[in-house]
Amino acid sequence: MFADMIESVAKILFIFTVNLGFFAPILGWVERKQSALMQDRIGANRADVGGFTIIGLFHPISDAIKVIMKEDFIPAGAEKLLHTLAPAISLIPAIITFAVVPFGGQYELFGHHVNLVIADLDVGILYVFAFSGLATYGVVLAGWASRNNWSLIGGLRASAQMLSYEVAMGLTVIGVMMVYGTLKLTEIGAMQESLFHWGVFLQPLGFILFFTCAVAENKRAPFDMPEAESELVAGYFTEYSSFKFVMFWMGEFLEIVTIAGLVTTLFFGAWHIPFVSDSALVSFFHFAGPNGAAVLAMLVNITTFFVKVCFFIWLQMTIRWTLPRFRYDQVMKLCWKMILPLSLVNILITGLVLLNG
Amino acid sequence: MELLMFFIFGVGAVAFALLMVTNKKPVNAAMCLIGVMFCLAGLYVLLNAHLIAALQLIVYAGAVMVLFLFVIMLLNVEEKEGRLAVNILVVQSVAAVVVGLVFLTVVNLPKTDASFFAGMGIPDFGTTKAIGKMLFTEYLLPFEIASILLLAAIVGAVILAKRRIDDAE
Repeated sequence: MFADMIESVAKILFIFTVNLGFFAPILGWVERKQSALMQDRIGANRADVGGFTIIGLFHPISDAIKVIMKEDFIPAGAEKLLHTLAPAISLIPAIITFAVVPFGGQYELFGHHVNLVIADLDVGILYVFAFSGLATYGVVLAGWASRNNWSLIGGLRASAQMLSYEVAMGLTVIGVMMVYGTLKLTEIGAMQESLFHWGVFLQPLGFILFFTCAVAENKRAPFDMPEAESELVAGYFTEYSSFKFVMFWMGEFLEIVTIAGLVTTLFFGAWHIPFVSDSALVSFFHFAGPNGAAVLAMLVNITTFFVKVCFFIWLQMTIRWTLPRFRYDQVMKLCWKMILPLSLVNILITGLVLLNG
Repeated sequence: MELLMFFIFGVGAVAFALLMVTNKKPVNAAMCLIGVMFCLAGLYVLLNAHLIAALQLIVYAGAVMVLFLFVIMLLNVEEKEGRLAVNILVVQSVAAVVVGLVFLTVVNLPKTDASFFAGMGIPDFGTTKAIGKMLFTEYLLPFEIASILLLAAIVGAVILAKRRIDDAE
């Protein structure tokens, strides 16, 4: 009982530190550097401490200080309560959806069973859909409560877009569920020990469709219709400033991390190094004793997982700065007339193969 | 712990429901309804029905209510000051009493038969696998009938929307 408590608290603290303490601030810098690199600029490198800039890594700190010092402005005609609640509603789902994503295998440590996931739920991936669905409200309410026409249009676009892509995203992972026969992300991860059982080889179409839907669900370019700067000023967060603005921004970055985590878990072997099983890791580290071996294997698992996550974060950043924005009707057509039928075909083919296999 | 969670979600559901009925702004009322659904999902989790809880959030809180909000915002419904007609109030109080009585009966039902679920002989009660198996074996016919009903509703909605476009031209 007591050991369970310690384990849970440790895991929650770990994910909180990695996501909110590392990824959220660092990704702002990564995004600037990435855009600078791709547009042949030098990029964020001005903030310095005593003349040292360390390739612009002080920018997250100076950004944070600047943002907290700024005036928190609420427009005169706005709905105060909802205007204040909206950023929180869009940030909280982004933080808590990572709870079901496993970042390592299961080990015995001092006679205690350690499962490297915060919540190993039976509904697994459905939990992610349940809470990412709630994130829609943050955007919609932000658009509506600001009493600004640009914001309202942004909010309405967001609600239609996120709702549509949620439907398609749900259908794209059904193929994965059929292949592995479970909803639990830990079990899906554990089944990808062999390279040839990775989701991307069993569900190549599913991977492309899921990744597209996930990027669209996160409202990033080329799907950033709700905030389209050239049309809507800044869309649903036009009237936000100070820390509330940053909460939207953090929500977006944390969602990038969650998407990368989900793609890694569902399609790219979760925490496994190709051709190296968890038991092989433990026996490789046997010189450190049973507990030491478990700890070292865990560290290898966690490192592997986050290296893969970083790769998919980079991929999303590259997509963001490579592709131009779609038109709104194109976004909707892509969802309902291409991704949805293709994911149904994917389910059909998967079913036929499973039936014969 | 479980009792505490029950009180949080139970009281939350009732409070949000009251706020929803008394609120004059349509958007706020819709938000309160979402709160009710969220609390109900919490109660489902306490009843060990994780799948139903997830579906409650995905379908009702995540999809249906977004459409509600969408319509409210598009139509820009004004907040209306007005008194309730007395005869409506009478009907409402009768309905409230009846619903309350039914609810009390349902709440007291498990007390009379504590081994209600245990007697059903389903060890993995509430898991996705168990529900899926039940749907596709024992309750296949009702399940398929419900699917056909939903399909009919979808086709009907498409036809209704389509006719309006034709009229406009």
